Amino acid sequence: MTYSAAAAGAVLVAILADLVILRTALVRSRTWWTTYGIVVVFQLITNGWLTGRGIVRYDGSAILGSERIVLLGDGRVAYAPVEDLAFGFALVLLSCALWVWTGVRIRTPGER
Amino acid sequence: MLVVVLLGTLPLHRFYRLSVLRQPLRLLAAIVPAAVLFVAWDLAATAAGQWHFDPAQTFAVRLWGLPLEEYAFFVVIPLAGILTFEAVTVAGSRRPRP
Repeated sequence: MTYSAAAAGAVLVAILADLVILRTALVRSRTWWTTYGIVVVFQLITNGWLTGRGIVRYDGSAILGSERIVLLGDGRVAYAPVEDLAFGFALVLLSCALWVWTGVRIRTPGER
Repeated sequence: MLVVVLLGTLPLHRFYRLSVLRQPLRLLAAIVPAAVLFVAWDLAATAAGQWHFDPAQTFAVRLWGLPLEEYAFFVVIPLAGILTFEAVTVAGSRRPRP
C-alpha cells in the first residue's frame, strides 16, 4: 500500500472512530475545526522544516509527487508530501477524540 | 523541533489554567492507543522504504529502525493537539458567541 492510500485510509478511520466508535463527534464541532486550523498552520511550519532540510525523505513511488523537495507543487505543500497533512489530521483527530472520550470515563478526584 | 512544539504549547496550560497535565492517567489513555497505531504504521512504512530518516540529522540510537525522537513525536504531537483543543475550548467558553 502506498503512503497516499494509507493516509486516506487513516483519515477515514479517524473520522469513523470519532463518529461511530467513540461517538465524540468532534468533526461536527466548531471547537475541533478551530483547533485543527491552528494545528495545521504549525504543522506546515514544523513539518516544512523537517522535510525541507531532508531530515525525513520519501520514496517517490509511495507518494503522489516525486522525491524532489519543492516548496509547493509536485504533490507537496511547504516541502512535505500532501499525504503528511492527512497523517497529521488523523493523528490529532484520533488523539483529541480519545481525550474527550476518556474525559467522561477517567476522572482524577478534584478535577473538572 | 519537538522541543519547539512543547515550548509553543505548554504555556497554554498555564495561560488558560488547563488541567490536562494534572490528569496523567487520562492523558495516557488518550495518547497511547493512537501512538501504538501510528508507530505501527511508521514502522511498516519505514520497513517498506516509503520514507527514511537522514542519519546525519537524527540520533544514532535506533529502536526497530526508527530514531528515538520519532517515538517522542507520537507523544509530543498528540499532547500539543490536546493542549490546543483544551485551550480552544476554554477560550470559546470565555467569549460566548452570539
